[in-house]
Amino acid sequence: MNAQAKTRNLSWIVPTLYILFLLLPIYWLVNMSFKTNTEITATFTLIPQAPTLRNYQVIFTDPAWYSGYINSIIYVVLNTVISVTAALPAAYAFSRYRFLGDKHLFFWLLTNRMAPPAVFALPFFQLYSAFGLIDTHIAVAIAHCLFNVPLAVWILEGFMSGVPKEIDETAYIDGYSFPKFFVKIFMPLIASGIGVAAFFCFMFSWVELLIARTLTTTDAKPIAATMTRTVSASGMDWGVLAAAGVLTIIPGALVIWFVRNYIAKGFALGRV
Amino acid sequence: MLELKDITKAVGGATHIHPTSLVLERGSLNVLLGPTLSGKTTLMRLMAGLDKPTTGSVWFDGKDVTGLRVQDRSVAMVYQQFINYPALTVYENIASPMRVKGADTAAIDRAVKKAAELLKLTPYLDRTPLNLSGGQQQRTALARAIVKNASLVLLDEPLANLDYKLREELREELPKIFSESGAIFVYATTEPSEALLLGGNTATLSEGRITQFGRTIDVYRRPSDLLTARTFADPPLNTIALEKRGDGFAIGGKPVLPVPGHLKHMADGPMTIAFHPHHLAPAGRDDSAALTVRTAISEIAGSESFVHVEFEGNRWVMLTPGILDIEPDSEITVHVDTRHLMAFDAAGRAIGTAG
Repeated sequence: MNAQAKTRNLSWIVPTLYILFLLLPIYWLVNMSFKTNTEITATFTLIPQAPTLRNYQVIFTDPAWYSGYINSIIYVVLNTVISVTAALPAAYAFSRYRFLGDKHLFFWLLTNRMAPPAVFALPFFQLYSAFGLIDTHIAVAIAHCLFNVPLAVWILEGFMSGVPKEIDETAYIDGYSFPKFFVKIFMPLIASGIGVAAFFCFMFSWVELLIARTLTTTDAKPIAATMTRTVSASGMDWGVLAAAGVLTIIPGALVIWFVRNYIAKGFALGRV
Repeated sequence: MLELKDITKAVGGATHIHPTSLVLERGSLNVLLGPTLSGKTTLMRLMAGLDKPTTGSVWFDGKDVTGLRVQDRSVAMVYQQFINYPALTVYENIASPMRVKGADTAAIDRAVKKAAELLKLTPYLDRTPLNLSGGQQQRTALARAIVKNASLVLLDEPLANLDYKLREELREELPKIFSESGAIFVYATTEPSEALLLGGNTATLSEGRITQFGRTIDVYRRPSDLLTARTFADPPLNTIALEKRGDGFAIGGKPVLPVPGHLKHMADGPMTIAFHPHHLAPAGRDDSAALTVRTAISEIAGSESFVHVEFEGNRWVMLTPGILDIEPDSEITVHVDTRHLMAFDAAGRAIGTAG
């Protein structure tokens, strides 16, 4: 009894330490983003001695900075929409119909997800050049489909297979046509799945750097590329980089809020 | 009138339905009776048009509807699982078939309210199905089937997942509710007692074949073959291979039972004699057909007792009212009600059943 009580009293230590370690780099990033460059390089301070918003001001006023965010958001949203739209019918087919080689095809899709992006950088660059798509948002959005469509298909298939086939049939018996059934009856049932799939597409596209950088030069340059190339004539602008980092985390943190209840099911590809 | 003309259904290499023909009249109640995997659901899906028969055709009111989309048919179906649209309220669930047809709001409201009243769902119309009990969920599905006002109503073991009391209640209500509409009513069940309670017509199914179709009571009392008799018996039918010799049935030359009046016309020879468990009783008033059997186990189910006995290597069940506490592995004398004996030949065809 006593021993148990003791364990309970100490049980907060490990998670607290863990979270502390996890949050330390993020805290340091936020911390840096409010400091001046002199403070960052010259002294070690746990909280900014002379808090400043200059770093954020630079980002929001300099087109070289904020266009990076706009570009990223454009191709990420494009990609999310394309991926989910393409994955919905595909996942439905995999979940409801048996056809020749369906299981192999389904598995092959997942292996696409495992392929290292570096492998595709060269063929993509060559191919997109040939079609004159280099440095466009749609180029990056389509390229990211390579990873995101399979992922979305897998997640959605898991959620769809959790819906009994009899619901489809009941809807047909009630008189629904397939498109009407799909939009009015079926999609609300897998709304959380669509949300999770969209979230995963969003996140992967948002953090992917290699392909996005290869396919863009100036007009569609993503924020991650801007961040990693910012060594100006006057040296590293630490403070602005830190502020850019903070702003890059925010969209992910925002969308994760909406799918927080389903995220574990998403990581299990909808199969819980 | 629904007609199935020589339909078969094969999936992969396996035959699920052997050539089957069936005519169901308008306004009739039809029971599909058979154990699990006997093809009840497959047959219903073929009737509904959810599946296409491999060969043969389905006719409705003189029109060939084989291959007609299920959306274009006048069908309602209720599954054993409680199938509703979880994202919609009970009200919208019931209204769904009318909404699709584009009926006006007032008509929908009237029909939904009426169906909800009938199935005691009025207090739950604003809830979503998953917040209801199983019985209420299934009643929602039934209400949707009523509102559809279809000419063919298919109920696939609709009460199997409900508790006993609710099942009794709904079983009584269902035929009444649907008989008003003049629809063809098809009800699948695994329970012979349910078929008898529903009445109407019964088709007994066994391994993808309809073994017999006719008035429920006729199929029960005068099965055309042993398979039908077995399908229509719960607890299992008692059988024994005997030889008819004039006025008596014998086993190994030893007479065991007298030949009852209704079986006297049969020719002498070997045959299978069958009777229902409730036609076996502890010996008493009449010992014209008494047998000495060895008891195995006895189960007491409230007001009835099931006594498993063995006679000449045949395992029988005796279903008798009251609580009968019998020592296992003892010898008792039982009485066979010979008026209800059924006789089948070597091929399983009925050669003599109750009059």
